[in-house]
Amino acid sequence: MRYISNTPAQQREMLATIGVASIEDLLARIPSGARLGRPLDLPPAMAEPDLIRHLRGLAAENADADGGVCFLGAGSYDHAIPSPINHLVSRGEFFTAYTPYQPEASQGTLRSIYEYQTMIAELTGMDVANASIYDGASSLAEAALMAHSVTGRDQVVLAAGVNPLYRAVVETYAEGPALRLRTTPLGDGATDLAAAKKMVSGKTAALVIQSPNFYGCLEDLTEAAEIAHAVDALLIAVTDPVNLGVLEPPGALGADIVVGEGQGLGVPMSFGGPNLGVFAAKQDLVRRMPGRLVGATVDLEGRRGYVLTLQTREQHIRREKATSNICTNVALCALMATIYMATVGKQGLRRVGELSAAKAHYAAERLGRIPGVRLRFGAPYFKEFTLDLPKPPARVVQRLLRDRILAGVPLRPFDRTLKNALLVAVTEKRTRDEIDAFADALGRAVA
Amino acid sequence: MPQYDKLIFELSSPGRIAYSLPEPDVPVADLHALLPAKYLRSKPAELPEVSEVDIVRHYTRLSQLNYGVDTHFYPLGSCTMKYNPKLNEDMARLPGFARLHPLLPARASQGALRLMHDLAAYLAEIAGMDAVSLQPAAGAQGELAGVLMIRAYHLARGETRTKVLVPDSSHGTNPASTAIAGYHVVQLKSERSGEVDLLDLERHLDAETAAFMITLPNTLGLFETRITEITAMCHAKGAQVYMDGANLNAILGITRPGDLGFDVCHFNLHKTFTTPHGGGGPGAGPVGVKAHLQPFLPTPVVTKSPDNTYGLDWKRPQSIGKLQAFWGNFGMLVRAYAYVRTMGAAGLRSVSENAVLNANYVMKRLESHYDLGAPGPCMHECVLSARRQKQQAGITATDIAKRLLDLGFYAPSTYFPLIVEEALMIEPTETESKETLDAFCDAMIQIAAETEKSPDVIREAPVTTSVRRLDQTLAARQPDLRWRPAR
Repeated sequence: MRYISNTPAQQREMLATIGVASIEDLLARIPSGARLGRPLDLPPAMAEPDLIRHLRGLAAENADADGGVCFLGAGSYDHAIPSPINHLVSRGEFFTAYTPYQPEASQGTLRSIYEYQTMIAELTGMDVANASIYDGASSLAEAALMAHSVTGRDQVVLAAGVNPLYRAVVETYAEGPALRLRTTPLGDGATDLAAAKKMVSGKTAALVIQSPNFYGCLEDLTEAAEIAHAVDALLIAVTDPVNLGVLEPPGALGADIVVGEGQGLGVPMSFGGPNLGVFAAKQDLVRRMPGRLVGATVDLEGRRGYVLTLQTREQHIRREKATSNICTNVALCALMATIYMATVGKQGLRRVGELSAAKAHYAAERLGRIPGVRLRFGAPYFKEFTLDLPKPPARVVQRLLRDRILAGVPLRPFDRTLKNALLVAVTEKRTRDEIDAFADALGRAVA
Repeated sequence: MPQYDKLIFELSSPGRIAYSLPEPDVPVADLHALLPAKYLRSKPAELPEVSEVDIVRHYTRLSQLNYGVDTHFYPLGSCTMKYNPKLNEDMARLPGFARLHPLLPARASQGALRLMHDLAAYLAEIAGMDAVSLQPAAGAQGELAGVLMIRAYHLARGETRTKVLVPDSSHGTNPASTAIAGYHVVQLKSERSGEVDLLDLERHLDAETAAFMITLPNTLGLFETRITEITAMCHAKGAQVYMDGANLNAILGITRPGDLGFDVCHFNLHKTFTTPHGGGGPGAGPVGVKAHLQPFLPTPVVTKSPDNTYGLDWKRPQSIGKLQAFWGNFGMLVRAYAYVRTMGAAGLRSVSENAVLNANYVMKRLESHYDLGAPGPCMHECVLSARRQKQQAGITATDIAKRLLDLGFYAPSTYFPLIVEEALMIEPTETESKETLDAFCDAMIQIAAETEKSPDVIREAPVTTSVRRLDQTLAARQPDLRWRPAR
């Protein structure tokens, strides 16, 4: 049998050692009435070549970003992934290990997480980063719970520009502790901070702001921090770390907790998961943080080494009093991000940001020249922008699929008032030719 | 192996690069011309400046400091560290899966949606459940989803129940997830075998009890013989019963949670269904429910239309909502799907039978050398106690774990479950051969002998790893959580 090592002869030997006649004897504790009296109703086992053919067939039904030119974003981006990442994370010593409970035999994982924490703290401008949460949305939900526990308050104010898919996850996590969520109005693409100021109060645990926001626009974090801090609430900033080679880090602008989606840092889009939940905070909040933390220490002989630390925050020790229920996180995605950040390095990450922004602005200008197509918002944007189209965006997206252009994300499902809006993302991978071809195809589709 | 203790930052040299990015091909490439200065980074992020060969050598060397399933027997109990098939890795990396954006129109992602739909159906059949959501990112998130569905179910019936019961032998995530879902957690005593103490259960089951959450087989590796009685007791009081599916590898095709009376169970695809553990994730923690909980499943739900097309259904007014931004850890779902299709029904049953055989073989070979957490036969894992070794020579479960590292094995889970003193929880899994198990048992027996004859060799272990025992107290007292350049 595939993936089972013992031969029938060995099975008999082992049964003899145990002193039973059959495996069935070992299962005697399971009452007969509790047994499944038939084989599971599953498709028959497939041999490797057949399975490959089958899965290639399923994969071929999908419009992937190799077969088409990808302009979709909204939390998952087609940034370039340097080749060494896949080779290195595929090493079995990394990807077949588990949580480093025995640090002496897990120094590779531990040291790479320590590097990851350092890079994320540096990028976000924060003091400490944890070893990862599942994705950007669940990181935000954890941050909201943390703000609730730090402040003892139960209201969270979310800026209108927070990704609605993230807001939905915060709503789910808010159910148990009965947090009350309020959403500010949107201004001209950026959050209406004057309205936000009126919404926060002494009951507010945190103000949440995302920059660049869901619509691609940049937010004024400094002002948001002042608004939050004026009522002794925390500022939670949602960010995309791949942009932080060029954008001012939220930590420098007053954020108390920074969360975000790290998928752009070398993690494949993979239909939306696994992603990488980034989570960083100021030093004085470290003992309230969710998730694992790796710290440097020394061994018996004084050599530098790394361990999981401050574990008294965690579920396996604190049980119902833990700061979070998270156990397994996304360590391998954090490793991808670590290798990514080392590969692009200090200069390259800046270059990724510059190229993405420059190409996005070229694309917005080029697409905005099409009759009937215009930029929806006036606020400054970064690598993603919202267009209003003269025809229903969902139909336009279908039409452009024929030209192998993955045109963007129609926003109507997220916001009924944006029934003509299409969200377009441009990364450093897109070429001027691809953008021009997109503009030509869009021009034909809306003509 | 020579010592290698560098951090990537310590290899950095100004001006060295590893990236390869195109030159700008658009007219305006200067950010200051495009964006107001207040948004732009004033001080560059101090990331390393290294070459590609630096990176490859550094991370290759780091990997060599790890033990993994590919290099070592990894009997970490409760974690099901089975072999991770290479084929599944190839399949998850097909561009049609790995390079797929989650927000494409359904018509442009039919293959991915069909794979999810069918995997959910297979998992439902395996667990005897009516519906499965693939969205939870890991077991703990599956638990949270399950408990929130139970909560929504009670509320929809106009009942506000306030507490959830968990045994004292449970995984820490159970009480933690339950607390986040807004419930008061009541811990029940277990019998010495780890089985539920029915009297204690009866004492605490009342109209305030929303659910009872248990692991099956339990964390001592034993099947709960009175399980159908337990689920019936709970239902009689209107409580729901949740199965922590961490130990599902023991019962595939033998018995099904749904048939035993469970209302909810989660699956750890990184345990039972071979997706790699990745040094601590990503995993995937799908959650299965009976029909009465179906309206509360996370959104969106993958649906199949009569015309055999697949889509995402968002119109679920009673849903508990979303757990992550998109649809689940899809890359892990591809691997699990490939595994189920490789094994088929007979293969999966054989998985559990061999997992049980291997665990009992280890228990038998070690039972005269170590105390047992509970008498056998066990299911897929066995729990030993180092009680005797501690009394004899002060050798603890930790000491034994460290000595195993020197003898070429990763360690069992230690100090879990909490109800067994000096616990060593061993889960061999079905993928290991008798030869490997014999070598491991020989090492364990050697350690038991060393306890009497040369305990210092155990106390000083490990000596063959890249570092020796590490100072945990220092790490916690003076947290050093990031590198900073020497001033």
